[in-house]
Amino acid sequence: MQTWTTAAYLIAALLFVVSLAGLSRHETSRSGVVFGIAGMTIALVATAIVAFGSASGLGITLLLVALVIGAAIGLWRARVVEMTGMPELIALMHSFVGLAAVLVGWNGYLEVEGGAAEGGAGGEATELSGSLLGIHHAEVAIGVFIGAVTFTGSIIAYLKLSAKMKSAPLMLPGKNVLNLGALVVFAAFTVWFVITPQLWILAVLTVLALLLGVHLVASIGGGDMPVVVSMLNSYSGWAAAASGFLLGNDLLIITGALVGSSGAYLSYIMCKAMNRSFVSVIAGGFGATATSAAAVEGEHREVNAAGVAELLADARSVVITPGYGMAVAQAQYPVAELTRKLRDAGVEVRFGVHPVAGRLPGHMNVLLAEAQVPYDIVLEMDEINDDLASTDVVLVIGANDTVNPAASEDPGSPIAGMPVLTVWEAKDVIVFKRSMATGYAGVQNPLFFRDNTQMLFGDAKARVEDILAELGAHVRTG
Amino acid sequence: MRDTIQDAESPPSAATVPMRIAVASESAKSETRVAMSPETVGKVVALGYDVTVQSGAGAPAGFDDAAYAEAGAEVVDGPVWDADVVVMINAPGPEEIGKFRSGSALIAMLAPRFSEERTAALAAQGVTALSMDAVPRISRAQSMDVLSSMANIAGYRAVIEAAHAFGRFFTGQVTAAGKVPPAKVLVAGAGVAGLAAIAAANSLGAIVRATDPRAEVADQVKSLGGEYLAVEVEQEASTDGYAKATSEAYDKRAAEIYSEQAADVDIIVTTALIPGRPAPRLITAADVASMRPGSVLVDMAAAQGGNVEGSVAGEVVTTEHGVTIIGYTDLAARLPAQASQLYGTNVLNLLKLMTPGKDGRLTLDLDDTVVRGLTIAHGGEVLWPPPAVSVSAAPAAQPAAAPAPVKEEKERSPLAKALPPVIGAVALFLVTAFAPAELAGHLTVFVLAIVIGFYVIGNVHHALHTPLMSVTNAISGIIVVGAILQIGTGGSGLVLGLAAAATLLAFINIVGGFAVTRRMLSMFSRSPGRS
Repeated sequence: MQTWTTAAYLIAALLFVVSLAGLSRHETSRSGVVFGIAGMTIALVATAIVAFGSASGLGITLLLVALVIGAAIGLWRARVVEMTGMPELIALMHSFVGLAAVLVGWNGYLEVEGGAAEGGAGGEATELSGSLLGIHHAEVAIGVFIGAVTFTGSIIAYLKLSAKMKSAPLMLPGKNVLNLGALVVFAAFTVWFVITPQLWILAVLTVLALLLGVHLVASIGGGDMPVVVSMLNSYSGWAAAASGFLLGNDLLIITGALVGSSGAYLSYIMCKAMNRSFVSVIAGGFGATATSAAAVEGEHREVNAAGVAELLADARSVVITPGYGMAVAQAQYPVAELTRKLRDAGVEVRFGVHPVAGRLPGHMNVLLAEAQVPYDIVLEMDEINDDLASTDVVLVIGANDTVNPAASEDPGSPIAGMPVLTVWEAKDVIVFKRSMATGYAGVQNPLFFRDNTQMLFGDAKARVEDILAELGAHVRTG
Repeated sequence: MRDTIQDAESPPSAATVPMRIAVASESAKSETRVAMSPETVGKVVALGYDVTVQSGAGAPAGFDDAAYAEAGAEVVDGPVWDADVVVMINAPGPEEIGKFRSGSALIAMLAPRFSEERTAALAAQGVTALSMDAVPRISRAQSMDVLSSMANIAGYRAVIEAAHAFGRFFTGQVTAAGKVPPAKVLVAGAGVAGLAAIAAANSLGAIVRATDPRAEVADQVKSLGGEYLAVEVEQEASTDGYAKATSEAYDKRAAEIYSEQAADVDIIVTTALIPGRPAPRLITAADVASMRPGSVLVDMAAAQGGNVEGSVAGEVVTTEHGVTIIGYTDLAARLPAQASQLYGTNVLNLLKLMTPGKDGRLTLDLDDTVVRGLTIAHGGEVLWPPPAVSVSAAPAAQPAAAPAPVKEEKERSPLAKALPPVIGAVALFLVTAFAPAELAGHLTVFVLAIVIGFYVIGNVHHALHTPLMSVTNAISGIIVVGAILQIGTGGSGLVLGLAAAATLLAFINIVGGFAVTRRMLSMFSRSPGRS
């Protein structure tokens, strides 16, 4: 490869780093994306020039057709996606990277083997021998494996997130043994493949990885999806990096490592926010550990929309803690309208977002931004928790486990030790809920039975709209 | 027929008539506080009780009868001693105790430590006496701890009184008329009152220093803007939350500190009290004499004999050197509305605890440490003092009990912590050392990129996690580079086809990822009017 392509790749890699750095703040985030696009353009142009130099006419045609179709599909999906559907879209896109990595891996094998069979007629990329060939085969096996796991894992995550598949964890007997066994078999097959590279071994290896991907994600429940999606994000990066090793391409390695570590870091944040280890999330849902929790009993109080409107009209400060339920009910628009109305009336309104609220890291922020809620009143759990005690009214909309006092008060609870929003310290708490059912963790929430808690049952969107109507009457008369 | 206070273990009585709680006027002329504010009364009514307020009880604190009536209380003229539960600030006199009905309850600051006679009289009358100043100092009981809430007010007021008597600013200023240095304030004793004084003096702009025999309060002092002056002598930690009498060596060193500070500071607020003992003498007459004219001392322990030599309980004394010593004993009562409100809330929290059914029936559960602690008389018997309660926040309470395991862990943990990184480093070393040169180069790039990735991502704002994911998603489509190169070099139709498919998939990601990120980011907007 010529030095000028290497130079182009270096610039592209730097632009990617700058792009990710730009995303660290709202003010620079838009320029961050521009840097990313610039980096990608440079990389693509440089690669295309190299490829055009040696490709056949058929190759060039195929390439152009693929690019046009890919761009069209990408733009179309990006335009029509609902913000509540972001987790599905991202999961689906991870699967594309995974599948592409599998294809690149297979090609890597076919090229070299094909080249060897034809007596080295395939070109410079096929002239490998000895230990280098062995390493190449190992790289093929690893790249295909990671790519295949990412592919099927992301597909399952997509199906679960879009409710095309039950989100309850699949509980096969000995599932941890299955996962570990698959890894051991993978290692064994990789060694075998390196020693005697044969097509069928690679095929078996691919199928094994595909099955592992299915099982891995199928056995994780819906509430752990933020971790799963960011974990798959990480895998898609490692898959790209593995392809980079396979092709000897530093740009792929750098970019893959950036994406891989970004996903790993997000997974780490999510796991910390649930006070669970990464391994325990991968190993399955809460169900297995929920045994020794103290029984919660008591009477809950119900309130109607008019009562909530009255409370809000008299409040000086209001905190809204949204959860996945808000996304499901599409309640972000009425919630934003409520926020505007209250702020116009001089009420301090802020949002408290738990790190694992929703099905994607930062999901709630995107939904609220979509509904035009200013981002500077949307605060993180750590930023808002100290202020909750001096808050008049907290509206819990579609959140449950993330506001459960048992996490800090009941050491026997399965979610004990998980940092939660301490909403119960506020003067009044209104919980929007469809029924008295438990949250994802299957833990009853003592918050509902507190003296300062009132329950508002029904669809969150409809209820918030009711409150808006009532509030109009209050603001006019008051 | 009237009710008596129910024991928790006795079968619930069939009666469902709510009890009558009476807020009595204070007998002491100087008392400006009242046991419940109208706001509190409303909440007690919500607990199911009938509430009676003696007419005029709230007047000195600025609460009129109408406000109580509006909150749901019945306002009556004349004494209310025959109620089921009488709530007061100070203990009633012996004559008034005689008017209590047997089986009724009294909630007030009864000072059982200082008046065994009164406790005995209450017991003899058959009164269930609940002493608000005997609430045990455990976290659960904090919401009922009137000593804390009154001390908080008193500490604040002590600084206000000092500022009033002090002829200068507290805060340093540079004015057109010259530079004014900030006042220096020494607070002796960093209990609740001391901490309140530190906070108040600090917020007025003074330089604040504080002393306390309990070294564990240093952080609290610092957090309120004060400087903690440590007395460098061996001292055992407090196990009951109160300061203990101190050792001789300690006293000697402490006295030196006070002498040094007295010559330096402008204001001294002393808050040192030891339960059941006369207040320790901290500031001697010589120390007072060494202070600059115009300096002010506030002796918050004047009623218990005083921390300052020469202070007179309830009076302001000015020495011949022009130093003012304030010995007010009613500092909390000098903020009557505030004090009444906090006292009332403490009482309300006690009533909540003792009314588990919210049915207006007071239940006495002597198995509850809080209730047991403040019940000094019940059913004709004196129940003071209660069995000892140990405070959970005793840091060095059992250092001797488990020194061995702690030590072991300390020795093992750094090794255990270092092991995984060391193994990782060795593995990385071996892989790179035995890899062909080309692979080693790639590994270098790979490892460095991971490190950069962690640092870059670690700074990302939590609200931007979703855009971050979609951008990383887009750039992970960089795998398209590999696919395009394979199209370039690929010979067979199969290879070409697979590579084209991979290109298609990866390009969906690139274009879609960037497009959706731009769409998302354009939605994030700031509040209007902020920059």
